[in-house]
Amino acid sequence: MQKLSKLENNGLPSSRQSQKLENNGLPSSRQSQKHIYTVSEITQVIKVLLEEKVGEIWLEGEISNFKAATSGHFYFSLKDHGALILGAMFAHANKNLKFKLEDGQKVICFGKVDVYGPRGQYQIIVERIEPKGVGAQQLAFEQLKKKLDQEGLFDARHKKPLPQMPFTVGIVTSSKGAAVRDILQILKKGASGVDVILRSVRVQGEQAAAEIAQAITDLNNLKPLDLIIVSRGGGSTEDLWSFNEEIVARAIYNSRLPIISAVGHQINTTLSDLVADVFVETPSAAAKIIVDKKNALLARLAGFKYEMNFSINNTISDLKNRLTAFTHMLKSPRDHLFEKQQQIDELFSGLNYNMRHALELAAQRSSALIQRLEALSPLAILSRGYSLSVLVSQGAILKDVGMIKPGDRLKTILYKGAFTSAVLEVFNDERKNLI
Amino acid sequence: MKEKTLFEEDLKKLQKIVEELSSGKITLGESLKKYEEGVKLAQSCSATLEEAQRKVEQLMKKDGKVSLEKFDDIEIEEK
Repeated sequence: MQKLSKLENNGLPSSRQSQKLENNGLPSSRQSQKHIYTVSEITQVIKVLLEEKVGEIWLEGEISNFKAATSGHFYFSLKDHGALILGAMFAHANKNLKFKLEDGQKVICFGKVDVYGPRGQYQIIVERIEPKGVGAQQLAFEQLKKKLDQEGLFDARHKKPLPQMPFTVGIVTSSKGAAVRDILQILKKGASGVDVILRSVRVQGEQAAAEIAQAITDLNNLKPLDLIIVSRGGGSTEDLWSFNEEIVARAIYNSRLPIISAVGHQINTTLSDLVADVFVETPSAAAKIIVDKKNALLARLAGFKYEMNFSINNTISDLKNRLTAFTHMLKSPRDHLFEKQQQIDELFSGLNYNMRHALELAAQRSSALIQRLEALSPLAILSRGYSLSVLVSQGAILKDVGMIKPGDRLKTILYKGAFTSAVLEVFNDERKNLI
Repeated sequence: MKEKTLFEEDLKKLQKIVEELSSGKITLGESLKKYEEGVKLAQSCSATLEEAQRKVEQLMKKDGKVSLEKFDDIEIEEK
């Protein structure tokens, strides 16, 4: 900052100087010497003044009208609320730029003021540029992330499914690191049948990203692998930076084999995590995925065994039941005989019942008749005081006095006992007088 | 290794057998045959998973030539 203000101080007086010079120049041309500048000459004067007197400066401003030419040079303007200056950053200067320049970005740049004669323009030729506020690395990360995201590298549809059971696993990490130790220990304990092919790489520093990317490609060319774990133990954001490099992200994206990214500890999310088919927080967690897969498969196999036993038992008991049902449906001749006998028995018992019923009815009717008959019996009439007389000689019951004459013998029957008598006199039609 | 490449195939076969058996649409003779086959497959799959032997190798590269060398993880475990 000190440098900046110093430069500005240097710059301002010199620009005043240049005005002074112009003032000196113009009158001189008009007056005595009549020196007439050509456009090129005056431009040259301005060029010398600006380039030498202002020279190299630090400049803060906002980028606008950014253009990257096919030549590799960058052209843009830098502005603040009151002014604008053209800027250029040539290919040799921008080739190592970690982040992408964009309109609206606030930057601090270092460069020198330059006059471009053919257009009568002054501009700043930028040698170095830094984003204002966030660090260049962080900005580069955000920009790369955005770019890869837009290209679809993080898309779920590009994620490859992990195999049901990875039997041979490639690991890209340092052979000296904690990551490989953690992974191998967990596999040995939980999934001891899994073969491992380690491709040892540097996991931090300048060369690391290229080595990691190459290792992913190399392991892909080894036929028998089922998946690759790209891993590194925990560390600072800078330590893990290789896993944020574009070359690593692209190698993961282009991998034919599914990749588990297991970089750092918990909070660090690297670009390799975002591109990988599966990402976990620690190297141990990557190994646990494999162990879990193995255990899940064993449980599934146990389930299959149970289901098969259940099904076969079901089939057998079902057949048994059907067999029993069929046996019942099959009838022997003896069964037919029994059936007829049973029919007869049923008919017979029906007959018995009906007969008994008919007899009972008849008995009821006869006793009723007997009662009526009893009511009509002569003895019942005699009990009420009437008597019955019979002409003894003829044995006939007397109904008419014409049947008798005096002297005939009569036998009279009373309710209780009887007696004989002789007729003394006969009266014709004297019924009224009799009683 | 051959055993392992067959694993997923065996697992698929096994699953099909389990489905066929539970459908109850096949004859007793077929059922018994499938059952026997299924039990064998389940056992061999379990055995493959439970297999304890493993190799830990390191991929080495020299002058563009790749080779596999035994990786000693005993040393690592002791650390």
